[in-house]
Order: sequence, then structure tokens, then C-alpha cells
Amino acid sequence: MRHILSVLIENEAGALSRVTGLFSARGYNIDSLTVQTTEDPTLSRMTIVTHGSDDVIEQITKQLNKLIEVVKVIDLNEADHIERELMLIKVRATGKDRDEMKRMADIFRGRVIDVTEKTYTIELTGPGDKLDAFIKAIDATSILETVRTGASGIARGERVLKI
Amino acid sequence: MEHISGAEIVTRCLQAEGVEFVFGYPGGAVLEIYDAIFRQEQFKHVLVRHEQAAVHAADAYSRSSDKIGVALVTSGPGATNALTGIATAYMDSIPMVVISGQVGTSAIGLDAFQEVDMVGCSRPIVKHNFLVKDVRDLAATFKKAFHIAKTGRPGPVVIDVPKDVTINKCAFEYPETLSIRSYNPPTKGHPGQIKKAAQLLAEAKRPYIYVGGGAVQGGAGAQVTELVKLLGVPCTNTLMGLGALDGTDPNFLGMLGMHGTYEANLAMQYCDVLIAVGARFDDRVISVPSQFLSNPKRIVHIDVDPSSIAKRVKVDVPIVGDVKHVLTDLIAALKEGNLRPNPDALANWWKQINEWRKPNSLLYTPSDELIKPQSVVQKLWEITHGEAIVTSDVGQHQMWAAQYYKFRRPKQWINSGGLGTMGFGLPAAMGAQLANPDAVVACITGEGSIQMNIQELSTCKQYNTPVKVLSLNNRYLGMVRQWQEFFYGTRYSHSYMDALPDFVKIAEAYGHVGFKIENPADVEPVLREAFSPALKDRLVFMDFRTDPSENVFPMVQNGKGLNQMDLPPHMHGLQQVPFENNRDYGNLC
Ligand SMILES: Cc1cc2nc3c(=O)[nH]c(=O)nc-3n(C[C@H](O)[C@H](O)[C@H](O)COP(=O)(O)OP(=O)(O)OC[C@H]3O[C@@H](n4cnc5c(N)ncnc54)[C@H](O)[C@@H]3O)c2cc1C
Ligand SMILES: Cc1ncc(C[n+]2csc(CCOP(=O)(O)OP(=O)(O)O)c2C)c(N)n1
Ligand SMILES: [Mg+2]
Repeated sequence: MRHILSVLIENEAGALSRVTGLFSARGYNIDSLTVQTTEDPTLSRMTIVTHGSDDVIEQITKQLNKLIEVVKVIDLNEADHIERELMLIKVRATGKDRDEMKRMADIFRGRVIDVTEKTYTIELTGPGDKLDAFIKAIDATSILETVRTGASGIARGERVLKI
Repeated sequence: MEHISGAEIVTRCLQAEGVEFVFGYPGGAVLEIYDAIFRQEQFKHVLVRHEQAAVHAADAYSRSSDKIGVALVTSGPGATNALTGIATAYMDSIPMVVISGQVGTSAIGLDAFQEVDMVGCSRPIVKHNFLVKDVRDLAATFKKAFHIAKTGRPGPVVIDVPKDVTINKCAFEYPETLSIRSYNPPTKGHPGQIKKAAQLLAEAKRPYIYVGGGAVQGGAGAQVTELVKLLGVPCTNTLMGLGALDGTDPNFLGMLGMHGTYEANLAMQYCDVLIAVGARFDDRVISVPSQFLSNPKRIVHIDVDPSSIAKRVKVDVPIVGDVKHVLTDLIAALKEGNLRPNPDALANWWKQINEWRKPNSLLYTPSDELIKPQSVVQKLWEITHGEAIVTSDVGQHQMWAAQYYKFRRPKQWINSGGLGTMGFGLPAAMGAQLANPDAVVACITGEGSIQMNIQELSTCKQYNTPVKVLSLNNRYLGMVRQWQEFFYGTRYSHSYMDALPDFVKIAEAYGHVGFKIENPADVEPVLREAFSPALKDRLVFMDFRTDPSENVFPMVQNGKGLNQMDLPPHMHGLQQVPFENNRDYGNLC
């Protein structure tokens, strides 16, 4: 099953490689990983999307907690949560397709953030499946380039991940 | 405040930690540190002959005492030579601090001379590691390193120190306290869980205590013994747990696992309540989890590392905490509630176990012509009154040492279990002897393993570590040969040790005493001489020419259950007897 883990980790050189090294050494999957410092510059927050059986996820959580620099780990799947991912997508936009592309971007609440005579660059945020849906909805041959950040997640309601 | 160099800070930190010995080898990146060592007298430096040996010696120094071993190596090849030693300590959860030199901070990443990314190379085999980029961080890093190495689940910590950091100066003050907000290892177990465990023991018909290296490292020998005595239940130790309960204790069933005794393995398979104490359900212990669980049992698992729990086997009562604390509380809970297993059920369980014990799965056929390796270990036990610190290498001789030397106390048995590192034995004996100057230290090795770090005979001479080396020389990589005999149709591919040196001459060349023993009748007299007061201060190398065809029994083959052992010839036919037919437990309690 897919799980989304939030990790609070010391903002120190090498901390990220301990996490990725752990996943590869123990044969766990990383579907996506995002990381950035928090409002407290000594801490970074990671969101790791992974999949595995309950036993594997339990081991991943325990192994992450075992890393000296990891402050806290939560499995967002344990309660309601929100996920968002950002995609930047550059598409061909010429002739009659140009209007159509703009219309699709609007439907998905995307924004055109860069324009040339032949292309649009569209910014789109949402859960991963919305971004997938957008890619499916437009003509595949018109896609020049896509960049996705991977999911960031946060719990709904008053549940917070803090020291 | 006076400003001192990073190198001097390193030595002052080691002094502040009460370090007695640093095992090391110099090189360009650590010359400043070596200069600072030259200028101090508080701790001694032991110059090994290979960095791997420095780390093994430091590791065994930790394993055989309550102190922490320290190794010091230079950058590049010094650091990579240390890796096998670091991995060895890591797999067995041994506390240790390894200091490696590094090229100057401005040269890092430029493929500088003798540059190796030590933090990267060692990351998967350390509990934690540090690259110190600023001399002002050195003292705090050392404080953290020692703290992390010895607390919680112990393990090796590497501190990589670039050369300019050893030259730069700053004020020095060793921190008295520290707190690491992201690192708070547990000590006491959850009282509710401990109560549940006590309750489970009281309900048991076939209780069993399975004790591992965590009890040895955690200094919980006394608590293990008290628990066993209080309940009168059978107990087994893993290879790493040997000595946690006295090997001569009547409640001790011997080691369990791949080369465990018949009774220890069958009790593991057929118990109904199992208390795992600082043991990690290793594949060499329980083999296949599904086979192990095919006879239902309820399991209590005490471990300081939550990730050891439910890793290979799901348990009913997990208790995260330090063994000593948890066992103390468990014993108190049992006493308070006057909780004991049902005496009739327990008596029946013992009756069964004693039947399993009767054929003696460690029996071997003595010989007048060939030296039986097992007999050498047994004689060693007699002559040293079971009191020696014994180190070993890896192979058949290791298993015979584990099976036939009945260890009386924790930290008496020093071997590489998790990584199985050949070459461990001799440097380990050296480290153990330095940690225990008055102890008798014996190293049981094989002619294959000893040659992987034989150069340390030189270090032993220089530092007067009078260890006694017993080489069970079967002219084979015996453990490999045994597998080839059992599983590869006796095709002994590259397991024969040809062109062996004259070990007596080697010993003598290094300034030691050497004996070659070919006749079974000479085993005892030579051992007596080696351990006599006359040779007390000498390293004695004994080259026992042993029976090359001897195999280690019992043996649980890969993929088999603990109740499907290959047994020694005198027990053939026995292993098929199903447990259920032996005794009916149905109407008890
Ligand atoms: C040739 C060969 C054959 C082998 N055959 C066998 C065999 O037949 N039988 C056998 O048993 N092994 C055998 N081994 C060894 C095996 O590979 C493992 O190393 C060993 O079984 C692990 O022992 P353990 O379970 O006691 O765990 P250890 O590796 O000693 O781990 C200790 C556990 O205790 C925990 N711990 C540490 N400190 C504390 C504390 N203070 N409080 C609480 N918990 C703590 C740790 O977190 C860890 O989970 C063999 C090895 C070799 C090389
Ligand atoms: C460094 C290393 N290389 C290879 C092995 C695989 N191995 C395990 S036991 C063994 C044979 C050891 O031979 P010896 O030291 O003579 O001991 P014996 O089994 O004959 O008693 C080998 C090669 C190992 N454990 N360690
Ligand atoms: Mg051999």
C-alpha cells in the first residue's frame, strides 16, 4: 500500500543521504521525496512517498527513527491529510491547439507562467492524480517537458508534526 | 583562554573520556594527531600492523570490558582498511570510536592524494558518523560520538577529521553534559507490557528463555541468572549471548541455532511462551520464520532497538528498553504477584527436555590417531578452569569453541557473529588482553583465518600481550569444505589449504613460542605447558593438526526448521520423532 511519511530531521550536511542510503540499503521503495527547511532553520521537513506491506512500512518508520538526526516521523496515512504536488509542464501551443491548451489549463486551475510563440509553460498544483489526469487529458505529442516536485503532505485538522 | 590545535584537542578529548589505549597506524592526514600523541602520556598508543587489526583490537577491547575501544587511522587506504573492522563491530552492536584522517577541507572533492569519502563509505556500517569541518566543533563532536557509541543499541561511530582541522587552533573545553534532541534511547520498559510478560510466563506450560548479545553488552548476566533461577525454566543463549547464563548451569540447554544443541533447538521450536532477551531472531538462529512459527507460541521480545522487534518475527508482547532495567522490573513483577509457571507443566516440560538431552548431540567419536578438534577445546576448558577469555576466528573452529567451551560469565567469549569476519581472532585477543591485563586470553583459530591477520604476532610482541593461540589446523577452509561435502557433492573447490607455512617457525620468527601437535596424546601436555607459569608472559602459538574430515553437528540446513537438524552419526534416525507423540500436554493447567 502507498504511504506518505513526514519526517522532521536536523538540517545538517549529509542528513538527506542517510535517509536515501537507508532506503536503498534496505531495499525500500521511494516513490518521491521532497525536502526543505522549516520555519525553524535548524530543521528540515521531508515528505517521503513509499509503498510496501504494513510490516515493511513499520520497519521503514522504525529505521528512520533510528537515524540519529531524525527528530520525528509520522505516517500521514494514519489520519486525514492533504497532499499537494507542483508540476511545471512545457507544451507545444500553436495554431488552433493554442486556445485549447489554455482552456485545459483553466479547467485544471493551472496557470500559464511563460509564453513563447510556440509554447506555453503551465504551472499546476494538486494531488498527484490530478497532475496525472492533466497529462492524460492533453495531447501527448504536445508535451515538451515536465517537471514534478513529488508530494508534500500535511495532516488535516489540528494534528501537527513538531518537536 | 589558551588556544590549542585541533590535534591537541583530539588527544585532550580522548583523555577526558578516560581512554587508556588508542589502536592505530599513522599516515599523512593524521601526522598532527600523532605529534600530539607523542607529546602526551595519559593514554598509550598501540601500533598495529594493519588498520583492520586496529579496529578489531579496539572492538574486542570494548567487548571484553565496560570501556570503549578507540582506533585511529589515516585517510584513504588507512580508512578503507578500517572498514571491515567497522562493519564487524556494527553487525554485533559493539560500541567503538574510530577516528580517521581526511584531506584538508579545501581539497575535499578534488580527488586529492589519499582522499576517500569516509563518511560516505562508512555510512551503512556505522551507528553514526561525523565529518568535522571546523576545529571549534571538535570537542562537542567527540562528546557526542562517545555518547552515541555506548548508549541505546551500541555501535561504532566514525569521526572524520580533515588535516587543516587538526592544525587550526581554538579554545578547548570538554563539554560536561550534552543533549541531542533527536536522540533519546529508551531505558525503562513499559510497566504495562512488563506485567503482561509476567502474566504470560505464569500461564506458560513450556516456557523458554532465549538470551542474546544484548544481555551480554547490556551487562544483564545477573538478571538473566536470577530470572532463570526464580522460575526454574530452561534457557538458551545465541552465539553472541554465550556467558549471559553460566554454561555449566543445569538450566542451560546450550547454544541454539544452526549449530545449536538438539535440546536447545527443539525447545525453541516447541516452547509455548518464549522470552527473547536482547536477541534478534537472526536467520542463523531461527532459520525460516514460518517454520519456526509452525508450532504456535507466544513471544515476549525485550530489545532496546524497536527496529529489532517484529523485524523477522511478529511478537505478542514487545518491550522496548534496556535489558537490565526491563529484567529487573520483570523479576520484581513476578515476585510481587507471586507469578510462576504451573509446576506440573514445568516438570513435564523438563522431562521432555531431559529426554532430548540424553543422546548428547555434542558427542563425538574420540580417536587415538587423529586429534579431534572438539577435544582440544574441551581440554582448554579444563586447563583454564573455564575462566579464560576466549576469542575466535570464523569457521568450524569457531563453532567448536562456542559448543565446547562452557562460558561462565558475560564478556568472556569474543567472536564475530553477524559479519563472520575471518582475521578477527588474533587482533581481538590482543585488544582483550590489553583491556584485561591479568586475564588468561586464548584465541581459537583455524589455519585459514589466522593467515588473514597473522602480522599482528608482531604487535603482540611489541606490546607484550601473552595470548595463547590455538590453531585447529585441519588443512581446509573447514566450514566451506563441510558445505561442499553436504551440498556440493564433495567437490572441494578451492577449500584445501596447500602450501601452508611452518607455523612454529613463524611464531619463533616473531619472537614467540611455537608448538606443533600431531598426536592426540600430546594435546594435554602441550596445553599444560603453554598455560604453565613458565610461559605466562609469552605468546604461545599451538599448531594442532586436527582431523581434516570432522564436521560440526548438529546442523540446521538453510531453509530447514529447527526440528530438522542434521545430527551426528550416533543420533541418526532420532530427528524424525515428532514432538507431539512424545508427550501429551493437552490436559495440563
Ligand atoms: C559460521 C557462523 C555460524 C553461526 N551459527 C550460529 C548458531 O548456530 N547460533 C547462533 O546463535 N548464532 C550463529 N551465528 C551468529 C549469527 O550470525 C548472529 O550473529 C547471532 O545469532 C546474533 O545474535 P543475537 O541474536 O544475540 O543478536 P546480537 O547481534 O548480539 O544483537 C543484540 C540484540 O540486542 C539488542 N540490544 C543490544 N543492547 C541491548 C540492551 N542494553 N538492552 C536491550 N537490548 C539490547 C540489539 O538491539 C540487538 O537486537 C553464526 C555465525 C557464524 C559466522
Ligand atoms: C573474510 C572472510 N572471507 C571468507 C569467509 C567465508 N568463510 C567462512 S568460514 C571459512 C573457512 C575458514 O577456514 P579456517 O580458518 O581454516 O577455519 P575452519 O573452518 O577450517 O575451522 C571461510 C572461507 C569469511 N567468513 N570471511
Ligand atoms: Mg581450517
